[in-house]
Amino acid sequence: MLAGLRVHPVFKLVVQRIALGLLLLVAVSAIIFLGVEALPGDTAQAILGQSATPQALANLRAEMGLDQPPLARYVDWLGGIMTGDLGTSLSNKTDIAKAIGQRLGNTLFLAFWAAIISVPLAVLLGLVAARYNGRWPDKIISGVTLSTISLPEFVVGYLVLYFLAVKWQLFPSVAMVFPGMGMMERLNAVILPVIVLVLVVLAHMMRMTRAAILNVMQSAYIETAELKGLSPMQVIWRHAFPNAIAPVVNVVMLNLAYLVVGVVVVEVVFVYPGMGQYLVDHVTKRDLPVVQAVGLIFAAVYIGLNIMADVISILANPRLRHPK
Amino acid sequence: MRMPISAAIGLIMTGAFFLAAIFAGVIAPYGMGEIVGGVWDPVSDKHWFGTDAIGRDMLTRMIYGGQTTIFVATAATALSFITGSILGFTAAVTGGWADQVLSRLVDLVMAIPSLILALVILSVTPVTLPVLILVIGLLDATRVFRLSRAVAVDITVMDYVEAARLRGEGWAWIIFREILPNALSPLVAELGLRFIFAVLFISTLSFLGLGVQPPLADWGGIVKENSAGLVYGIPAALIPAFAIAALAISVNLVADWVLGRTTSLKGGRG
Repeated sequence: MLAGLRVHPVFKLVVQRIALGLLLLVAVSAIIFLGVEALPGDTAQAILGQSATPQALANLRAEMGLDQPPLARYVDWLGGIMTGDLGTSLSNKTDIAKAIGQRLGNTLFLAFWAAIISVPLAVLLGLVAARYNGRWPDKIISGVTLSTISLPEFVVGYLVLYFLAVKWQLFPSVAMVFPGMGMMERLNAVILPVIVLVLVVLAHMMRMTRAAILNVMQSAYIETAELKGLSPMQVIWRHAFPNAIAPVVNVVMLNLAYLVVGVVVVEVVFVYPGMGQYLVDHVTKRDLPVVQAVGLIFAAVYIGLNIMADVISILANPRLRHPK
Repeated sequence: MRMPISAAIGLIMTGAFFLAAIFAGVIAPYGMGEIVGGVWDPVSDKHWFGTDAIGRDMLTRMIYGGQTTIFVATAATALSFITGSILGFTAAVTGGWADQVLSRLVDLVMAIPSLILALVILSVTPVTLPVLILVIGLLDATRVFRLSRAVAVDITVMDYVEAARLRGEGWAWIIFREILPNALSPLVAELGLRFIFAVLFISTLSFLGLGVQPPLADWGGIVKENSAGLVYGIPAALIPAFAIAALAISVNLVADWVLGRTTSLKGGRG
């Protein structure tokens, strides 16, 4: 660091963490591009089929730049992505960035509402479970979370679809959204996928919140607070919760990152026009450029949220705030 | 120590699932691809779970589907444990650059969500059972690697490992005769969780149409085949969904019990 300039250690840690994250992102992009190259399978052959003549294969390879060495193509690809050019799709020759634009918005809309609902709910239920530790509210909450953890996302999706949309006809079964739709209509359309995503991440977040608070509850100062006559909820809210914030925020972030995976499956269940549906469709079509671009975006969001989780837990640690 | 009732239920159910998978050919009432009734016939004494989207017996499909699901998950779990624990122990024993390279590589793979990475890989490779087992097993091996390395790092500094080194024993001896027996209990507890993960993973891939391919089917695939009926109020797709959940929960109950036992063995809180 610059001589004479005192850099706050927290700042230094945060910068280090972000730099490390960016490095990781570049490495991940290399895996997604070069690692896939190394796998058996010929893209040109896959497009033209087994009966293609060698000349046609060679032409297509030249057209797609497949005759260039992999490293050169990787640098080219990464450079393109940095400038917003994601390449063109193999299956329908359209610009990937254009196709993604609308879908990314749709997916973020879904994830946003899932996050807004699940985070406060998880923290609240975690507090309740910690307050009644070992008694019936805790047992019910723990039992329900154990079963939702054991269910894959698509099973939760179909259970919700079958009961809420078909049996009781409360909500629409297909999450149709289109441009020009009003906000309320849009919310009504995505309500089922949002419920499913909330259920998927809620359990884990709640368990970890409960564990973090119970961990703090064993400290001596909690006993002091209890002995001076505070009510159990006050002890948790005023004394235990502030010290459990760092692990709770960490868990919340990790689960939001987990939404990335959940969203792929949930979009397929509800036929929602988002990024996940787009990715799965193009894996089936073996459209490698699309799969690589979308895969990298998902990985980047995931890594980004993980970095944020680390940065927040650095910032929330009071021991780092006052350098010796 | 008596086995708690939940663990006993879990053990019996897990056993039943495995027995049904092993003897699928004997207990299934019809052939796997045999069309024996109408489209989505309701439950009857001839078809205990009704029939599926093209009139095949649902119970038969479920039994064979369970066989595929359990086979893939078991093979993938075995693969992940063998590669993960051997590499993890090796990294802990040798240390130095081999440890660095392996650990950073695992960090890198774990930085990408498993499902996304699997989808990227499956977009290039042919989708066959061996490839699926390999992909799920190796992605899962990263978690086993972390656990076994962490456990082995604590063990390698023990006196008896030092003694073995001084005797001039090779890596293989130290890994299999000194470290493995002492690292076994946490690994066994992890085994159940990894198996559940593999079941959920293969089901999800098949559900997305990128796992087990027809004419073979697994539970995730059966959900997909029958999902169109849900909108018309035909709950056939929920049967395999319940089966996945039941298998995962029963293995979970056993794993919880094993985990509790091993922590008490190590002197932790019961």
